[in-house]
Amino acid sequence: MPVLERGDTREWRRRTSREQWLRFLGALALTAALVAASATISAQTTWSFVLDAGAQLRDLGMRMFPPDGSYAVSVARPLLDTLHIATLGTALGVVMALPLAFAAATSTTPSRLYVRPLAILLLVASRSVNSIIWALMLVVLLGPGLAAGVLAIALRSVGFVGKLVYEAIEEAPELPVMAMETTGAGRAQALAFGLIPQILPTMAGVSIYRWEINIREATILGLVGAGGIGMALQASIDALRWSRVSVILLAILATVVFAELVSARIRRALA
Amino acid sequence: MVTEPARPWQPPRMIESPAHRRLIIGGVALYGLLALVTVDIDPARIAEGLTRAGEFFAGWLRPDFVTRWTDIRAGLLESLAMTAVATAAALLLSVPLGLAAARNLVPGPVYTAARGVLAIARAFHEILVAILFVAMFGFGPFAGVVTLVVGSVGFLGKLLAEAVEEIDPAPLEALSAAGAPWASRVVFGVFPQVMPRLLGLALYRLDINFRESAVIGLVGAGGIGATLTTAFSRYEFESVSAILILIIGMVFTAEVISGRLRQRLL
Repeated sequence: MPVLERGDTREWRRRTSREQWLRFLGALALTAALVAASATISAQTTWSFVLDAGAQLRDLGMRMFPPDGSYAVSVARPLLDTLHIATLGTALGVVMALPLAFAAATSTTPSRLYVRPLAILLLVASRSVNSIIWALMLVVLLGPGLAAGVLAIALRSVGFVGKLVYEAIEEAPELPVMAMETTGAGRAQALAFGLIPQILPTMAGVSIYRWEINIREATILGLVGAGGIGMALQASIDALRWSRVSVILLAILATVVFAELVSARIRRALA
Repeated sequence: MVTEPARPWQPPRMIESPAHRRLIIGGVALYGLLALVTVDIDPARIAEGLTRAGEFFAGWLRPDFVTRWTDIRAGLLESLAMTAVATAAALLLSVPLGLAAARNLVPGPVYTAARGVLAIARAFHEILVAILFVAMFGFGPFAGVVTLVVGSVGFLGKLLAEAVEEIDPAPLEALSAAGAPWASRVVFGVFPQVMPRLLGLALYRLDINFRESAVIGLVGAGGIGATLTTAFSRYEFESVSAILILIIGMVFTAEVISGRLRQRLL
């Protein structure tokens, strides 16, 4: 605890002089960086557009309301497609993530030196790229439609599910597995009855959570052609039918809320 | 005492009742089959796509950082600037909103209104929000910053509200017994308990915002996403792979750094 001596009196100071200088210079550097960043952004901004944003919003609002009720029926099929994309994509992603998670956890990996870094690299690569970018590339490769969407969702989910599952594997106590191996169980048996029951609730919970996030992601994959309600949205925006756009946005909102409720209910039942 | 015939031990199942279990598993399997049928895979199209896929993967093996370097560098700097400004602004804005959404600090109507605002901020995917803001503010990183701020405020505000609702009430009671006004109670009773968590979350959100800045560039909101889609539309797959490698590398580095910083904080 730094203490300052002024003549007779001793004053308590919270930080030493050196710490105070470091804090000040750190705050100065951070502020300078933020100011530089703001300047970069402001240089690229057309301020006249920013200033009339209110008028633009009012204009858009007038075109979007009232929503076009007659269009609501045509939204049902694309919504179902979106549900399929999310569900199949999550299922595929989980199936691909599980072996990777086992290969990435220190306790279950076949080779700590070669296999584990590779598995972690694959998980990181899958997590760093958003599903819509995967979808963009897959539409070029597979053509527009649900297949590209399912694969895009699957590729993104692998990283998310794989990371959480391998962290769960690493945190699970080794004792049950060791106990089973000492009584003569083979490695696979020991893992199946000793490790998997411990991580099964986490696996299920993470998969359901990812399904809920994927519903949200699947709704916009259609914007790049990967099927689902995003394609209806893109078509309506391109045709400037804003009253239909608001119907689609309301449908998306309802779907996302529904998926959140279902997922919260299931995860509560699991916990 | 009733004796039962001996049965080999079975591990407890996730869904206890056999009727429920069969219904759920049967239902899920049926849905899976029906859903698979709707996914139409056109082999002819895939065959065509394979040649392009071959070029694409060849591009992965030869990432080209040089040809479009000025564009890539400008895009990356713009993304970084957007991320920094958006996270800082969101951190400032999420504090009042998060405090207002905590049941133990504010009266009922304020709580409901704040929670409503946070829910609306999180309801739509960032790309939809970006489309709206690009329509309002024009193309460029300003719309991107506003999009990221909206998403981050929703995220940070909700988690901050949950953290505030979990704090120990004793310091607050002690402060009000000593006669402190509401503002002092919040600053000296609530903040010390939640600030480390909030800063940790802000560091985590920094990483997420960088990833998202790559995506919202697709709809014109600035950042490296715009460079990526331009390169892709020109079929310059070597540049595409270079950009993707850079994005993955930066996200990974940011995660490692933010993980270390968060450990030091907590």
